[in-house]
Amino acid sequence: MAASEWRVRGIVRRMLPVLVVLTAIELGSGLVLDTFESTLLRYPSLLVLVPVTIGMAGNLGSILAARLSTAFHLGLLSFDPTDDRLAGNAVATVGLAVTVFPLVGAGAWALQAVLGGTRLSPTLVVAVALTSGVTLAVLAIAVTTLTTYAAYRFELDPDDVVIPVVTNVCDVLGVLVLFGVVRLFVV
Amino acid sequence: MTVREVAVEAYRESIPVLLLSAAGGLFAGVVLGGMDAELERVAGLLVLVPALLATRGNVYGSLGARLGSALHQGLVEPRFSLADHRVNAAVAAALANGVLVSGVAAVLAVALLVALGRPSAPLLTLVGIALVAGLVSGVLLTIAVVSVVFVGYRRGLNPDTLAGPVVTTTGDVVGIATLLAATRLVLALGGG
Repeated sequence: MAASEWRVRGIVRRMLPVLVVLTAIELGSGLVLDTFESTLLRYPSLLVLVPVTIGMAGNLGSILAARLSTAFHLGLLSFDPTDDRLAGNAVATVGLAVTVFPLVGAGAWALQAVLGGTRLSPTLVVAVALTSGVTLAVLAIAVTTLTTYAAYRFELDPDDVVIPVVTNVCDVLGVLVLFGVVRLFVV
Repeated sequence: MTVREVAVEAYRESIPVLLLSAAGGLFAGVVLGGMDAELERVAGLLVLVPALLATRGNVYGSLGARLGSALHQGLVEPRFSLADHRVNAAVAAALANGVLVSGVAAVLAVALLVALGRPSAPLLTLVGIALVAGLVSGVLLTIAVVSVVFVGYRRGLNPDTLAGPVVTTTGDVVGIATLLAATRLVLALGGG
């Protein structure tokens, strides 16, 4: 393990297959973005929301995954809906989304208004961000709990498996949810 | 701990990183919002955006984690030197992975668009953009990750908690900015 672990070829050979699979998954969300490109180009405030929504969705998932993995390693977690640690972390995830996403929406609207002008009202952009954020928090909780549970059932180390899976799945969900919410509110 | 105590602790520990990364994401969004002309001119460029951003996070987040673990184990010294073969190998592997996966993403994107009968820029244009953006963002993110992890470690901070936020905050900004620069370069060279 010691020798090949620090050789360029060993690192590339171990990581590249996983990276290619994750890239293929991410291209799926790229295709979804492509289908509403004309809406995004017409309303640039929504285009500004794209990277931050993807990033926040992945962050909410990966923070929760890291916390559940640690609790799991310490033997503090049971997969039961009444488990305090599971419930507390789920509540915190929704709380974080409710705090950060309205700020993100307001920030996206304000920056675009200053730099290039905007056709949407600030309330609408904040509503799009908040609705996407709360939906994503709920999905992130579901995906993270299921993936951590699957890792536990298949006796895999949650640190190796859960964080990359959750981060990339939440990225894709970020685009899908933003697409759905934009369809609901804007077009 | 009660549900409330767990929730309050998780919230307090996570909010600073999330706010920092939201700020980074918004700046990335502003650059993307200003890229409308390029997005319209190069069909399929938007398809690459999530894949390229995720690759930056996956590759350079893992470089940070690898260096962090190695510092903890005493395998590498937190010094900027070209003589450390472990650091060199980790950096070279990250750059190779980052550039290769960016190229693969462009090839797959063109294949998918053609298969679905959707408009796509020529293969060479998108591959050229992806490789240039992959290389330039890789060099910048390597500098950011290695500097923050080494300097943080020397000041007594835990590199494990530093690498993640640095990559999530700078990764999106550097990822989109280099994508814009690479697109302009390839278009200027006649690849459009």
